[in-house]
Amino acid sequence: MEKGKGLARRWAVELHDASSSSSSFPDPPGFTRSAPEADDAATARQRKDSEVAWKGQKAWEVAQAPFKNLMMMGFMMWMAGSTVHLFSIGIVFSALFQPFNALRSVGKVFEPFKDPRVDTLAPKLLFIALNLAAMGLGVWKLNTLGLLPTNASDWVSSLSPAREVEYSGGGIPLI
Amino acid sequence: MAPPPRRLLLALFGFLTAAVLATLVAAVYEDQVGLADWHQKYIGKVKQAVYHSQKSGRRRVVVLTEENVIASLDLRSGDIFWRHVIEKNDPIDQLSLSLGKYVVTLSSGGSILRAWNLPDGQMIWETNIQTSTASKSLLHVLSSNKVAKDNLVLVSTGRSIYAVSSIDGVISWRKDFTLDDLEIKQVIQSPENDIVSVVGVAGSSKLALYQLNAKSGEIVKDAQESLPGGLCGETVLGSHDVLIALDQTRSAIFVIEFKGLSLSYNKVRVSNFVQDLSGTVKLLPLMSNGIIALQSSCTVYLLKLKGMDGLEVIHSFDRPAAVSDALAITEKDEAFAVVQHVGSQIEFIVKVTSDLSNEVIREKVDIDQHRGSVQKVFLNNYVRTDKSHGFRALIVMEDHSILLVQQGAVVWSREDGLASIVDVMASELPVEKEGVSVANVEHNLFEWLKGHMLKLKGTLMLASADELAAIQSLRLRSSEKNKMTRDHNGFRKLLIILTKAGKVMALHTGDGRIIWSNFLPFLRASKSGEISSALRIYQWQVPHHRVMRENPSILVVGRSGGDSVSPGVLSILDSYSGEELNSQRFDHSVAQIIPLILKDSSEQRLHLIVDSNSLAHLYPRSPDALKSFIHERSNLYFYSVDIQENAIRGYSLQKSCDLNLEDEYCFSTKELWSIVFPSDAERIAISETRKLNEVVHTQAKISADQDVMYKYVSKNLVFVATVSPKAAGEIGSAAPEEASLVAYLIDAVTGRILHRVTHHGAQGPVHAVVSENWVVYHYFNLRAHRFEIAVIEIYDQSRADNKDVMKLILGKHNLSAPITSYSRPDVTVKSQSYFFTHSVKAMAVTQTAKGITSKQLLIGTIGDQVLALDKRFLDPRRSLNPTQQEKEEGIIPLTDSLPIIPQSYVTHSLQVEALRGIVAIPAKLESTTLVFTYGVDLFYTRLAPSRTYDSLTDEFSYALLLITIAALVAALVVTWVWSEKKELRDKWR
Repeated sequence: MEKGKGLARRWAVELHDASSSSSSFPDPPGFTRSAPEADDAATARQRKDSEVAWKGQKAWEVAQAPFKNLMMMGFMMWMAGSTVHLFSIGIVFSALFQPFNALRSVGKVFEPFKDPRVDTLAPKLLFIALNLAAMGLGVWKLNTLGLLPTNASDWVSSLSPAREVEYSGGGIPLI
Repeated sequence: MAPPPRRLLLALFGFLTAAVLATLVAAVYEDQVGLADWHQKYIGKVKQAVYHSQKSGRRRVVVLTEENVIASLDLRSGDIFWRHVIEKNDPIDQLSLSLGKYVVTLSSGGSILRAWNLPDGQMIWETNIQTSTASKSLLHVLSSNKVAKDNLVLVSTGRSIYAVSSIDGVISWRKDFTLDDLEIKQVIQSPENDIVSVVGVAGSSKLALYQLNAKSGEIVKDAQESLPGGLCGETVLGSHDVLIALDQTRSAIFVIEFKGLSLSYNKVRVSNFVQDLSGTVKLLPLMSNGIIALQSSCTVYLLKLKGMDGLEVIHSFDRPAAVSDALAITEKDEAFAVVQHVGSQIEFIVKVTSDLSNEVIREKVDIDQHRGSVQKVFLNNYVRTDKSHGFRALIVMEDHSILLVQQGAVVWSREDGLASIVDVMASELPVEKEGVSVANVEHNLFEWLKGHMLKLKGTLMLASADELAAIQSLRLRSSEKNKMTRDHNGFRKLLIILTKAGKVMALHTGDGRIIWSNFLPFLRASKSGEISSALRIYQWQVPHHRVMRENPSILVVGRSGGDSVSPGVLSILDSYSGEELNSQRFDHSVAQIIPLILKDSSEQRLHLIVDSNSLAHLYPRSPDALKSFIHERSNLYFYSVDIQENAIRGYSLQKSCDLNLEDEYCFSTKELWSIVFPSDAERIAISETRKLNEVVHTQAKISADQDVMYKYVSKNLVFVATVSPKAAGEIGSAAPEEASLVAYLIDAVTGRILHRVTHHGAQGPVHAVVSENWVVYHYFNLRAHRFEIAVIEIYDQSRADNKDVMKLILGKHNLSAPITSYSRPDVTVKSQSYFFTHSVKAMAVTQTAKGITSKQLLIGTIGDQVLALDKRFLDPRRSLNPTQQEKEEGIIPLTDSLPIIPQSYVTHSLQVEALRGIVAIPAKLESTTLVFTYGVDLFYTRLAPSRTYDSLTDEFSYALLLITIAALVAALVVTWVWSEKKELRDKWR
């Protein structure tokens, strides 16, 4: 029936059904047509998984980045010495402000790794901890420079003398 | 590793020390002299004046003053040509000229005779004369009519007479008279021959006359005569062979004629020829030519000698202010001057002895009201072009100023009262009124720019020599520093000065000019001859909130009599204008004046005046003041250091007077405590306390290792030093074993001795200064034969455990709780002493507005200069090898003597002759303190003990800064335009 119909037309171009025409060719050996199609979802999942892994890895890397910074700061501080001058003050302030800024932008830093399946909490915590450590180093340095009011002397140095209740004037009488 | 060579270490150490010292030096550059400081030279109250002879052609006068100064003044301007300030222990009694080129002075009771070169004041020679008795000495320069090569100077003391060559000071002869108790009263030279007559009084009634050969000193003639009724000692030569003497009762005159070998006398009662004479009389060493002058209490009589029989009054002056000595104008004629007060003017009268009925000159001269009455007059004549005689006179006023009067006008005047300052205080200038713009101050913008351009040129070293001079003069007469308004930095102030004469003057700190002066009426000598004395000045009222519109005022306290029991007087002056606002005469004496911290509602400061009966009187007498005083009375005490009784006593104030119950402003006192020093071992040498207005910034002292020590800061801390009586004299009068100095720190409320330290082998004079929690005192170490300065710092141990940081943070400490002296004090003391090269005349410490700036000691040295010594050198924590931390803190390695760095002399190259006091006044700018030094001279400067860390220096070139900014802005604009253009070009490409 179909043939008869076909005979009736001189020619026909079937543009759309490539598969039907290609399916006329035998599949190469070892090729199962159904396999990739069945695997498609799996590949996507796999790709996603690797991205998640990558994101997780990256997040950890980002989280660990301050550690390097920490080491460098430590070295710089050691170089700066324990006397108050422009260089040491600069270093201490950068050591304090860098972690502070990092902590302020902690959300932004981990923005690219935001994923419901990626657990950024742990890297975030590490990041925060390391930055806090860097800040602590800065504070410690500030203290070694003697710029922290930790001594009693820092609190009494501007204390004016106490009022006296009694007053006694006099001296040698005028001759 | 081998240890570094020691030499290297030493060099390094030396370098470090030098570096440390270099940071302590704050000297001025040569071109900065006179920018912030001024120096004024004075001589004091003139007691004798000798004019140059007319032949020498120099118009100068040599004066001797009560401040022991001999000076040569220019008669045209009053400027000082030369001046010598002699030590007070060598008082100059007499002054004379010899040969027209030497000034001869006799000092130290006739034992030192000196000759000075008249033109330049250099000393030519000095001769010591042995004097046995403490009798009055006389100086007589023989005037030779002949052109003699040598002039003899006769010095008579007691019963000896010396003749000294005026060329080289060699004693050419000496004569001791044999008569017992002889005291030479007069040396008379007869003009014709070389005979010198010496008149002396032995005992009370015996008159002796010797005639000596002036060349050899041999007695030519002598005669003695006992006079009935005795002699008081005053003699005067009537004519060349008649002597006039007063008797013991000063009511009769002996006319003594000495012709040949005999003395004949005649006693004349003064009342015989002078009608209605009151009181006693005295002879004025004035006239000759048979005319003598007699002064009673208010009148001067001129008497003419009529042979032996008597005297006749030929003229009398009623109430003359002063009469000058006679001045020989011709061979026979002498002139004298009389000065009288006529209303607000003075009348200057000159008469000649040959014609007493006529006056050569009678001129009225206008004189400043604030000079008081005329004290002395010294007459001088000059020959006018028409060969007639002109006269001028040096007039010494009651306020110690001198005036030169010539042709009815005051040619010049000198304010020499400033040579004897009694007390000084600083007062603020008025606040600048609104509406005074910058243009008014700086004249105009163009001038301002020109000035700054000049300065800029100077900075860039482009200025020529002329321009440099212009810059210097611009800086010196900067109008900014002499303005009559308060400035932002508090540099411009008024120095209110009280002089010995009783004159109050206000000097501007900018250039030292006198803004106002007031010779207080109550301190002037009254008609009855009562001598008043000025005692002290205090700040009376500093207007703040409520009474802002009023001017500040000052309190002057004086005494209307010479002794300590005479009643006191008080005067209140407006400190802007010097007008007297109020004056009051007390009915009690003044022994002590205690300014209190309390104020009444009109911001008047309360003062307690303690009289000699230990009764305290409160001033101002207002109910308001009384109320605030009663409220605080139980906390007010006073103490008295009695040097005679060698004791210190403390008193409390009782409710009211025992004697006078109506007077509610009078309070009796009760002795609470006394410290009596053993008189055989200790004598009080000095008592010193903190300045009442001193501001202390902090009570804590922090050492390098962050340890806190609490200062014992108390207004009631008194430093007293005693010396052993044997060593109370001069240095060297006692052996080291018997000399000792004991220093006490005493609480003046309870009389508790907080600390006591004995320096064996040390003696006075002791000078001390107390500030914050430390005392620095200066004495002589007999064992080391050097002066020493010791420092004591006291710390409060009872608050030392306030070291818990948390408690301090939370404010749970007792450090700001009020302190009472009755709590048990627990103090620790640190002390150290150092050698010091100079002996010291005065000591003070710098004061700043908030007490933050480190302190410097101001030491008036024996060379009449002021040395600023950092307190860091006097730190008891100094040690031989300070640790690194201590070095960082600024502790200087210990040395046995204090360094004297030439650059740290505050007075740089100047001398403040006869330095007596140093006053430090805080400026408004915290880094700066104003220092005023006085003696015979005055010196004022600004000092920054830690440099001016809170302001740009005067040297700062604002123009350079402006030009730099302008250039940068221009560069910014140009580069911006360039970059825009370049960008545009790049875009088209």
